[in-house]
Amino acid sequence: MGRYILRRLLQMIPVFIGTTLIIFLAVYALPGDPVKALFGDKAADPATVARLKHQYGLDKSLIEQYWMYLSNLFKGDLGTSFSQREVSDILGDAIPVTIQLALVAFVLEAVFGIALGMLTGLKRGKIVDQIVLVLTLLVISIPIFVIGYLAQVYIGTKWGIVNPTVTDSNDITQLILPGIVLGSVSLAYVSRLTRTSVVENIRSDYIRTAIAKGLPRRRVVGVHLMRNSLIPVVTFLGTDLGALMGGAIVTEGIFNVKGVGNTLYKAITGADGPLVVGTVTFLVVVYLVASLLVDLLYAVLDPRIRYA
Amino acid sequence: MTTTPTEKTANTPEQSGKKDAPLLEVRDLHVEFHTRDGIAKAVNGVNYSVNAGETLAVLGESGSGKSVTAQAVMGILDMPPGAIPKGEILFRGQDMLKMSPEERRKIRGAKIAMIFQDALSALNPVLSVGYQLGEMFRVHQGMSKKDAKAKAIELMDRVRIPAAKERVDDYPHQFSGGMRQRIMIAMALALEPDLIIADEPTTALDVTVQAQVMDLLAELQREFNMGLILITHDLGVVADVADKIAVMYAGRIVETAPVHELYKRPAHPYTRGLLDSIPRLDQKGQELYAIKGLPPNLLRIPTGCAFNPRCPKAQDICRSETPALHQVTEQDGAAMAGRGSACHFWKETIHG
Repeated sequence: MGRYILRRLLQMIPVFIGTTLIIFLAVYALPGDPVKALFGDKAADPATVARLKHQYGLDKSLIEQYWMYLSNLFKGDLGTSFSQREVSDILGDAIPVTIQLALVAFVLEAVFGIALGMLTGLKRGKIVDQIVLVLTLLVISIPIFVIGYLAQVYIGTKWGIVNPTVTDSNDITQLILPGIVLGSVSLAYVSRLTRTSVVENIRSDYIRTAIAKGLPRRRVVGVHLMRNSLIPVVTFLGTDLGALMGGAIVTEGIFNVKGVGNTLYKAITGADGPLVVGTVTFLVVVYLVASLLVDLLYAVLDPRIRYA
Repeated sequence: MTTTPTEKTANTPEQSGKKDAPLLEVRDLHVEFHTRDGIAKAVNGVNYSVNAGETLAVLGESGSGKSVTAQAVMGILDMPPGAIPKGEILFRGQDMLKMSPEERRKIRGAKIAMIFQDALSALNPVLSVGYQLGEMFRVHQGMSKKDAKAKAIELMDRVRIPAAKERVDDYPHQFSGGMRQRIMIAMALALEPDLIIADEPTTALDVTVQAQVMDLLAELQREFNMGLILITHDLGVVADVADKIAVMYAGRIVETAPVHELYKRPAHPYTRGLLDSIPRLDQKGQELYAIKGLPPNLLRIPTGCAFNPRCPKAQDICRSETPALHQVTEQDGAAMAGRGSACHFWKETIHG
């Protein structure tokens, strides 16, 4: 197990370098001069432009710039945004907000998704199953920005149950509605996945054995069925945690949550190269760690999988 | 019930005293499955009984209804699509089909236990064998986790799994096929049930291991004086351990007999066909005998005797009238104990 983890950690290095290089090239190969853009409509002073270019290392070649970026990164320096703030400083403000939002969405999709999946799996073909099937397909097929705006307009503005937009991003109670919107699609997926898995396992021989042993139904379902059915679900939830952390651009935008997604969106529209690269680097690390955790968890849940 | 000279029945004189209440009695059991294509009649009026310490072998091809009958007895049929429109299953004189689900659950595992064919899929892959064995004690006897584990080790020792103490936390896939089947047996034995139903317990094993597992099962049965229903299609296995045999075809019992009688003088053409299809060393080089045709489609069981399309002796009456299970007699008319044949021509079959 220890060797496996070490190997996985070593494998992360090329993945990390590869992804950051790609994003670095993509950002700085974009047409347009970001420094000149800082001046807006005003005429740029060539001396200032040259000074800024030198400050951000833009006068060097791309490979040199990338090398500089990497070596600074290992010193813990993510660089400086074009807004003159440290990138690590900006992310330090945004990450806690995103973590809270992701947590709300994650708890929601895990608890309700699994509960609905178990229910529909056990009552397959019944009316509950049909209703949930229609609802989940509806949620999956509607784009998240539609769900987001609908929730904002109705729950926020028309019925006035909550604030339409988040005024304090660090107040977790205000993050509940965005969390529901963010987690809704995954919730639908989790419930479908759990249902399929339950339906598949309930016909298996070991469930028949469990019944033949005279176990009460709640034990057959709660221990024997759940334990086996949740293996693929946990895998999905793990990778989804990564997606929730970074993929909240739309939701964070609609509800004005000042998290990582919002930061990334603003950085892209503002052609703020250092901030884009810094944010994406953070997301890459999140994904890598999440996928390692999922793989390790998988081995814990299924003893047939052993890493050497 | 039967008077075979084996020691298994010899040591149960008290059971023969109360002949009217055997350990388990199945009466006129019908089981059907409602499928999209129609109603599949899997079991069509099965009668059998087992006493304590007795071994009943239920013999038949796949789809003959032998496993379905056992599942109905165990109460683990999938209902729906399965349904029991008719029949009684008496355990110690009480009809289990009339019991509440909770009453039946308490009997399952504790009083009647089942051994399944493929232990690898019948054991939960993500729970340790110790946990799965201990569960029996925890659920039925409210034992603590720790005590249950000690009991699990004891059980594993009992079915002669080497290094039981070290292996109690292992998972099913870490055991060999024979050892896994021993764990299944241990699980069935855990609460010392009165009756064990073994559904092809050795089919998934190789021959040397088969013998070991069967010997173990027979030994434990003697020790606890349990009733045993052995479901199999392996005539070799049956001869060694069974007291009496019920041969099933298309959901009906076509012949019953004490074990050695059946081998010596079958009274049904189907049984004869089965016996003739055993490969024999002294007929090496000759073509193997096989019963012609295929088992019937349970959605459309032939009228009359279900075996008639495949029977070498079929006459017109076989296509129109369903034969009852006739009492088989000697040529002089003396009844042969425990023998019955559901063939219009049983006399010709047994007496040639």
